[in-house]
Amino acid sequence: MASIEMSHIVKKYGDGFPAVNDVSLDIDDGEFMILVGPSGCGKSTLLRMIVGLEDITSGDMVIAGNRVNDKAPRDRNLSMVFQNYALYPHLSVYENIAFPLRLAKVDDGEVRRRVEEAADVLELREHLERKPANLSGGQRQRVAMGRAIVRSADAFLFDEPLSNLDAKLRGQMRTEISRLQRRLGITTVYVTHDQTEAMTLGDRVCVLRKGVIQQVASPRELYEQPVNLFVAGFIGSPPMNFLPATVEGTSLSTPFGAIELGEERAEKIAGHDLLLVGIRPEYFEDASLVDEAKKPHGSTFTAKVDVTEWLGDAQYAYIPYEAPTEVAEQLKELSRELDSDQLRTQAVVSIDSTSRIREGREAEFWLDTRKVHVFDPKTGENLTRDAEAGRKLTEMATEDRVEQVEQARV
Amino acid sequence: MSTREKVGWGVGGLVIIVYCLFPVAWIVSLSFKSSDDIANGQFLPTVFSSENYQQILVGDAAGLFLPALVNSFGICLIATAISCLLSMFAAYAIARLDFPGKRIILSTALAVAIFPVISIVTPLFNLWRQIGLYNTWPGLIIPYLSLTLPISIWTLSAFFREIPWEMEQAAQVDGATPWQAFRKVIVPLAAPGVFTTAIIAFFLAWNDFVYGISLTSTEAARPVPAALGLFSGASQFESPNGPIAAAAVIVTIPVIVLVLLFQRRIVAGLTNGAVKG
Repeated sequence: MASIEMSHIVKKYGDGFPAVNDVSLDIDDGEFMILVGPSGCGKSTLLRMIVGLEDITSGDMVIAGNRVNDKAPRDRNLSMVFQNYALYPHLSVYENIAFPLRLAKVDDGEVRRRVEEAADVLELREHLERKPANLSGGQRQRVAMGRAIVRSADAFLFDEPLSNLDAKLRGQMRTEISRLQRRLGITTVYVTHDQTEAMTLGDRVCVLRKGVIQQVASPRELYEQPVNLFVAGFIGSPPMNFLPATVEGTSLSTPFGAIELGEERAEKIAGHDLLLVGIRPEYFEDASLVDEAKKPHGSTFTAKVDVTEWLGDAQYAYIPYEAPTEVAEQLKELSRELDSDQLRTQAVVSIDSTSRIREGREAEFWLDTRKVHVFDPKTGENLTRDAEAGRKLTEMATEDRVEQVEQARV
Repeated sequence: MSTREKVGWGVGGLVIIVYCLFPVAWIVSLSFKSSDDIANGQFLPTVFSSENYQQILVGDAAGLFLPALVNSFGICLIATAISCLLSMFAAYAIARLDFPGKRIILSTALAVAIFPVISIVTPLFNLWRQIGLYNTWPGLIIPYLSLTLPISIWTLSAFFREIPWEMEQAAQVDGATPWQAFRKVIVPLAAPGVFTTAIIAFFLAWNDFVYGISLTSTEAARPVPAALGLFSGASQFESPNGPIAAAAVIVTIPVIVLVLLFQRRIVAGLTNGAVKG
C-alpha cells in the first residue's frame, strides 16, 4: 500500500510529440483514481509510466516515498491487469496466478494458500487446473485479476480491463472490482475511456486531453462543476447540450428562449459577447409534467421535436436548433475530439417516460436554469463554475473513502 | 461444396500425391530388388530380397555406411542445436528490440541463404586444410550453420513477432527479469516455432551433399549423402543402385519419424488463449 506522486511528468516520443505533457498528480494511499479521456489522450501512456513499461522523459515519479524513474518494473512492486489480460497460455490457471509468487521464490505451501485465497475471492476454485484457452472472457478477466491480487503489491494498475467484455458482464465486473478494491484498500489507478466506469468506480477522476490534465476531482464535482467545455462534454451520457447564447442584461438569449441567470452569475459573464450555455439533458422536462412549485426556478419554451427515444425508465427527445457558423464549427470540433461525430446541432432532452410528447410535433418544455453553466466559446473555460462548491463535493467523496477504507481494514 | 467440386478436388489431390510419392515408392521398391533383378523392367521386384540392406548394414558396404550414419546424425544434431539456440536469441532481438542495423542483419541472413554453396566450397576446402578443420566434425558443423542459421532466424523471428508484447510486459510487472521473462514465458510460447525451425534446420543439414563430399575424406567425418556417392557395385560394370536405394530408404526414416513426432506440436496453436478470444 502506497501513495503515488507524479510531478511534471512528460513523455515525448521519438518525433518530439508530447504524449503526456507536464502532468502532476498525487494519488493517496488507498485511493481509487481513474484516468479517463478520449483515445490518444495519453492515459495509457501515463499508466505505463507508473508501472515502468514506458520511459519517463522528464519529471518525477514517486511511489511510497521512493523515486522510481529509473527502476525496472519488477522493482516497483506494482501489479497490473492488461486490456487483453496477457495470461500465460502454457500455464494452468493455478500457475498463472502463482506466477508472481514463483518468481519471488515463495515456498510451495505458502503459494498454495495464497493462490487458493485469491481463487476464493474471485470464485475461480473449480477452474484452477484448466488452461486459459478453455475459459470464457469473464473467467480470463478474473484470472488476470487473481494474478494481480495474489501478491501484496503497493498498488493495482488497470488498463481498460473491461473493454473486451460484453455489456452485461462489464457491469458485473465493474461492481466486482469496486468491491475488491474497497475490501483490500489498495491504491488503484484505472485507465478507461468509458465514462460510466469512470463515474462509478473512481474516488477521484483525472480527465486528460491531448496529454494535459483538464481536471482532477470526484465524479460529482466533474459532473456538477466542470472546469471547461471539454470536461463538461466528456462527462455525462447523453452528453451536455451546448447552446449558443448572447448576453442581454442578466439573462441569456438562446435558441430555446431567454435564460435568467441572476445578478451573481451575470456578473461573471460580463464583457462577453457570444457564449455557450451548457445544459444537461435532465435539466429539461416536459412542461406539462413539472410541479407548479418548481416551475419558477426555470423557464419554458416551445420547440419542435425531431426524434424521441423511449427507454422504459427514461425518455429522450432530440430538438434541432440553428447555431451561428462559428459556434457550430467549435461544437463540431469538440465532438470530434470526444470521439463522437455529431452531424447536426441538436439538443438531447431527458423527459419523463410517461410524457406524451411525440416526434414531429411542437411541444412545450421546461428548463431548470439554476444549474446551467456558461462557457466562453473561445477558451472553453467555464465562466460560472463555483470552485468552492466543487471542492466541497470532492472533500465529501474523500471523507467517504477514508471511512470505507478504515472499515475495511478493521 | 457440390459433388462435382468434391470430385474435382479429390482427383486433383490424388494426382499431386501420386506425382510426389511415385519416386519414393520407386526407391523403396528398388531397395528390395536383388542385384540381378534390378533391370527387370517392372515396378515391383520379382522376389523381395533383403540383400541390399544386408550389404549396407552388415556386408561390404557397412564399413562405409554405418560410420557415415553416425557422422550424419552427430553432425546434424549438433548443427541443429547450435543453430536453434543462436537463432532464438537473434530472432528475439530482431522481433523485440529496436537497434540500428536490424534490417541489415535480416537481409544479410537472406543473402547468405541464397549464396550458392558450390562457389564457396573450394576456398573453404583450402582454408580448412590450412587450419586443420578438414575432415573433422567441426569442419562440417560450421558450414552447416551457414545453411541453417539464416532460415532459422527468419522463421523464428516470424514466430516471436506473433507473441503479444503484453505477455512479456506482464511477466516483467509480475517480477521477472528480462531473462526470466524470456525463459519462462517467451520460450515456452515459441516452442512450436522452435520445433518447426529445428526440423527445417535438421533437414537442411541432413540433405547436404556438396560440403559433405568436398570437406571430408574418411569415415572420420563423412556424412551419409557423401558416402552414398562412394558406393561401388560388385564389379566395375555393375552400378550400385540397389544398395544406394536401400541406404536412401534408411536415411529417410529419421526424417519421417521426426515429422510424425512433432507434427502435433507444430500445428498446435501458438498463443491459444493468451489474449481475449
